[in-house]
Amino acid sequence: MQLALFIIFGLLAVAGAINFLLQRHPINSALSLIVVMMSLAVLYWSLGAEFLAAAQVIVYSGAIMVLFVFVVMLLNAGEEERTHGSRAAYMAGVPGAAAIFCLLSFVFLSNGHAFGSTDLSSHLTNAVNNISQISSVLFRDLLLPFEVTSILILVAILGAVVLARKEQ
Amino acid sequence: MTVPISYYLVLAAVLFSIGVASFLIKRNIITIFMSIELMLNAVNLTFVAFAHMWHQITGQIFVFFVMVVAAAEAAVGLAIIIAIFRTRRTLNVDQVNLLKN
Repeated sequence: MQLALFIIFGLLAVAGAINFLLQRHPINSALSLIVVMMSLAVLYWSLGAEFLAAAQVIVYSGAIMVLFVFVVMLLNAGEEERTHGSRAAYMAGVPGAAAIFCLLSFVFLSNGHAFGSTDLSSHLTNAVNNISQISSVLFRDLLLPFEVTSILILVAILGAVVLARKEQ
Repeated sequence: MTVPISYYLVLAAVLFSIGVASFLIKRNIITIFMSIELMLNAVNLTFVAFAHMWHQITGQIFVFFVMVVAAAEAAVGLAIIIAIFRTRRTLNVDQVNLLKN
């Protein structure tokens, strides 16, 4: 069952990413990126990270991508036009990305026996433990970094307001 | 049926490479910003896969912090994009060349 889940949602994620690469309109790219994030949430769940699956749906597809779509509509972004720089970018981008992919997948597959494999059934039985473990680590051991992130968010809010404000 | 962890890592490598390619190929500044989010998501998948492999919760905590920082980064970055659009009236990165000459 886990293999079927992985194949279905892995292929969905890759298809969404390729569609993201090929679409020329920013709103189409944003919507296909939402498909990638949703299928990644299912993969997180299959790896026993239920809290992160929920946070992925809420934070990434719910908050960040809505912000992106909002800015695309606010700036009335149309289809991107091909310029002189895009040819050079194709020459550098496609072979570079292919080289990175080949290197990473070679390393991962040649060391594949050391990584082991996943087992969904053992994680479903202690599904509640995952969230209690996360909360005990986050609110007890890592309380100071967790509070520092609130300051980071506050600074980000102030910076966004100052930067996006209309000039006087 | 179990899935080898290396399959998850290869899937993350596929997503990261597509993110790198679209970062280099795309000309629209909003789409370039979205491809950074795609790369962050791919790295998050490797964190969760390794957390599963070592039976440690720390990797998932790290993904949580990456999500928080990505949210803050998206807010500030989109504000910068709005400010650039106000002054340059364009979203094409080839036409934002004030420092070039």
